[in-house]
Order: sequence, then structure tokens, then C-alpha cells
Amino acid sequence: MALTGSIDTAAATMPRRRGRNEEPYWRWLSLSPALLLMLAMGVLPLVNLFVTSFNDVKWSAGSAIWTFRGLSHYGELAGDPLVSAGVVNTVLFALGAVAGQMVLGFILALFVSRIPKGKVFFRAFFILPILIPGIVIGAIWKLMFNFDFGLINQIVGAIGIPQQDWLGDPNLALLSVIAVDIWHWTPFCFLLFLAGIESLPRDVFEAARIDGASVWQEFWRVTVPLMAPTIAVTFAFRLVLALKVFDEIYLLTGGGRGTATQVISYTLYQRFFVDDNVGYGAALAVAVIFVVSLLLIAGLSARRGGGR
Amino acid sequence: MSAPRHASSTAIVYALLLFAALIVAVPVVWIGAAGFRTQISLLTGELFFQPTLASFSDVLFSASSDFLMNYRNSAIVGVLSTVLCLVLGTLAAWSLDRLDWPRWVVHLFLGWALVFQMMPPIALAEAWFGMERAVHLDNTFTGLILAHATLNLPMAIWLMGVFVRDVPGELVEAARIDGATGPTLFWRVVLPIITPGLAATTVLCFVFSWNEFAVALNLTARDTATVPVAIAKFAQDFQIQYTQMAASAALSILPALVLLLIGQRYIVSGLTTGALK
Repeated sequence: MALTGSIDTAAATMPRRRGRNEEPYWRWLSLSPALLLMLAMGVLPLVNLFVTSFNDVKWSAGSAIWTFRGLSHYGELAGDPLVSAGVVNTVLFALGAVAGQMVLGFILALFVSRIPKGKVFFRAFFILPILIPGIVIGAIWKLMFNFDFGLINQIVGAIGIPQQDWLGDPNLALLSVIAVDIWHWTPFCFLLFLAGIESLPRDVFEAARIDGASVWQEFWRVTVPLMAPTIAVTFAFRLVLALKVFDEIYLLTGGGRGTATQVISYTLYQRFFVDDNVGYGAALAVAVIFVVSLLLIAGLSARRGGGR
Repeated sequence: MSAPRHASSTAIVYALLLFAALIVAVPVVWIGAAGFRTQISLLTGELFFQPTLASFSDVLFSASSDFLMNYRNSAIVGVLSTVLCLVLGTLAAWSLDRLDWPRWVVHLFLGWALVFQMMPPIALAEAWFGMERAVHLDNTFTGLILAHATLNLPMAIWLMGVFVRDVPGELVEAARIDGATGPTLFWRVVLPIITPGLAATTVLCFVFSWNEFAVALNLTARDTATVPVAIAKFAQDFQIQYTQMAASAALSILPALVLLLIGQRYIVSGLTTGALK
């Protein structure tokens, strides 16, 4: 008893700035490793990209030869067909994939939250695709979509629909890649939505039921509004990841057929690493990072404007 | 949500969930099975086939295959980048939450972590490629470990921040009165409390490093290539060795399956607290 008492008094009289006054070294020591890594591997690369974007860099015999190009690389961006295709396809891909995942994930979460038994099993089972490397997802679906022996064409053939060249047909390629992404990430949306649904207050649903709300009304008037924060967070998470998509595209289509599945990350890869166009690639990277930062600022201010 | 109102609707829900589970399972099982086929069996698409271990033994033991080395490389990079991430992330989370940094420092750090998380890794890979080449870290484990740790650090700080915030202040003050300061307090009092957070962060950092492709593709050479890089190679060969690609894909999922079996709890808590809190 006496001990507890003394702690309470001590805590009450303790100045809040204790850490700063008595442990300045520890304070710096604990943050500086992370700070150093972020500066060296996070901030420095941005500076590097920015500087590089005004130059042409050629490697010969292990040393770099720099030629100043001014703003010309930025001027070339607008006329690059891979950039315009990349922007359009990235937006289409992200919107299509994220919308599909969120709808399916929500339905699955509602279902699992309603079943009396087997919740843990389904939750564990549905996590599986999240843990599989993107490149393996690509490998799996490259086989599944194969024209000659892929399972999809076998099923399609069995039903009597003409077989398709899912990844080679320019009209289908982007849809196929979106379908793969939906398969990959619906489980993530499901997981977050299930956690959200399970933390909702039960009495609201009781009240809605007593007031005679139908299942449909209950869903639109109670569940969805209460879930709005979870929906927003899930959307943001998935959108960010979808805008960065690279692995699956790399393996499934390589941006083809033509530029049907050319996403912006793949354009970055091609211009910088394949074409070895270092200065131009850096300019493109700077432009992408700039747009991403604008998106983030827009997202954060929309959230603030929304009163949260 | 409450229990469904009719037994029949429960049955329908179960049926739909099983169907969804089937859609998740079939591609994974099918690719696993493809690893046990011969190329001809796969091409003819016969449903019942004589399983063979040829593809697996080719992938693992043939002289022309580097897969075991790729596996080892992925393990080295995964483990070391996770350790680095965990140490730096946990210390930083504790420091930012409890050591009375001015608010602008905390905001700047967390804001930066958010922006960093949004950048395409391939854009960063461009810069890392040039920088690491300049200091001769290109194609080394060190270069890739640093890159993976950097990619996962914002998540680690974010996630550990959630768990650190739950450490009761009275406990910390009590420990201070008993004479524990700085590192001792952190090691003896804080770490034991946040072990569930450490487990969740460990699992996620390792899985993300194991799965990472875009950066590994560009920062490694033949002797440092990781598993995803090796699998991508299969798909690019002029004559794609489909069954070997399937076998190596199946082998690459094993660590994730093991983690799912033993650490499901931590994966769920990591993914949901990381996103929702």
C-alpha cells in the first residue's frame, strides 16, 4: 500500500520533461539509428534522383561521366508514349482492382462475421494470398492463364465459351491483370473489414432491429456509416499499393500486349534499367514522387476537411 | 453482427464461403500439382497424372540450378533486414512516443514515413543502384539488406508505435523511481511488455523482405539473387520450363505457409493494428 502511494505521489509531482532533462544522450541514441538510415537511404536518394534528373550519366570503366542537360528530360516526359500509357493504365488498374477488392472483401467479411462456427479457419485460410510473393502470384497466374493448357481456358472450354488469349489479347490483358490483383488483395480488405465489423457496437444493431429495419436498411443505414473510417483506411492502403504495382505486371505481361498493361512503375523500370537512360529515368522518378506527394497532401486535407 | 435469422441462410452463407475458399485454394494447389507433373502431362492437361519429383529435384539439385543458393540468400537478407528493422523501429517508436521530443520532430518523422511508404520502390531502386555502385555496395548482401530495412522501417515504426503507446505510464514511472533509466528501462521494462508487437512486426518484416522483387531484381547479381528474382528468370527463358517454374513457386511459398500455421495470430494483429489504429 505504502509503495503504491509513493508511486502515485511521485508520478503526480514528476515533471513531464524528465526524459529531456535527465537522459539527453539516450534520447538521441534511441532515435539516431533510424534517423541515419532514413537520411542515408531515404532522403539522400531523393537528392540523388533530383540532381541526376538534370544530367545524362554514362558508366564507363567503373566511373560515371556526367553531361548537364538542364530541364530537357522533364520536357521529354510529356511526349513519351510509355509515360502516358503508364499513367492511364495505372489509374485504370488501381481503380478497377481496388473497387473489386473492397466490394468482395466487404461481402466476405459480412459473411464470416455472421457464421456461428469456423471464423478462425476462414480468416486464416483467406490470408494465404497476402503472404505469397507478388512474383509467385504472377507465376501462378501465368500458368493459369496459359492459352494451351491453363486451367482458366480448360474451364472456359468445358462450359463451351471460346478460349481466350487472356494475357496476349490487348482488350483482355488489363482486365486479366486486374483480376489477378483482386485475387491477391481481396483477403487484405476482408481482414481489415472483418476487424472493423467485429468492433462495431452491438446495441446499435439491436436498436435498428427493434425499430423494424430490414436487412437491407440495416446494412446501408447502420453498417456502412459505422464502417466509414475502416473503409477509408482500407481504400487508402490499397490505393497506395495498387499505384505501385510492378511484380505481377513484370511476370504476367511485361507491359504488353503493346502498351495494354504498361503501368508507371514498369515504365520507370524500362527507361532506367532496360534502356539505361539514367538521367531521363531519374526525371521520371522525380515526377512520379512529386505526383504521389500531391496525392498524399490532397488525401490528408480531404480527411481534415471531412471533419476527422 | 448477430447470428443469422434462419438456418437456411446460414447454409447459403457457408456454401458461398466455401466457394470463395475454393477460389483461393485452387490456383495454389494447381501450381503445387504442376510441380509434380512432367512437361508433357502439363501440356496435355490430363486430370490424373503420375506424380514425379523430377522438377523438384531439378530445381533443388541440378548443377545448372541456383535455387538452393537463392533460398539461402533470401533467408540471409530476410533475417538480417528484419533484425535491423526491428531494432531501429522499436527504439525510434519508443523515443518518439516517450522521450519528449518536440512535436514538430515527431510530426516530421512520421510524416516522412508516410510519404516514403507511398513512393514506388522502383524509383528508389534507381537511386540506390547509382549510390551503391559509387560505394561498391552494388550486388552485395549489405546493399540489399539496407534497402529492405529502409523499405520496411516506416511500417515497423508505425506498428511498434501502436504497441508502445499502450505501455502504462505508471509502470514506467515506477521503474524510474527504482532507479532504472534509459536503456535499462527500455530493455528490462518496456521490451517484455511489447513482445506481441515485436512478434507481429518480425513476421511482417520478414514476409515483406522475402517477397520483395522490384528492388532485389536491380540490386543483386547472380550470386546474391533472391528467390523472387530466380523465379522471374524461369518465366523469361525463351523456352519456359513450366514445371520447374511451378516447383520453385511452390517451394517459395513454404516459409509463408509455416508462418501462417505458427504465427497466424501475429500476422492478423500486425496487419489489422498496423492499418486500423
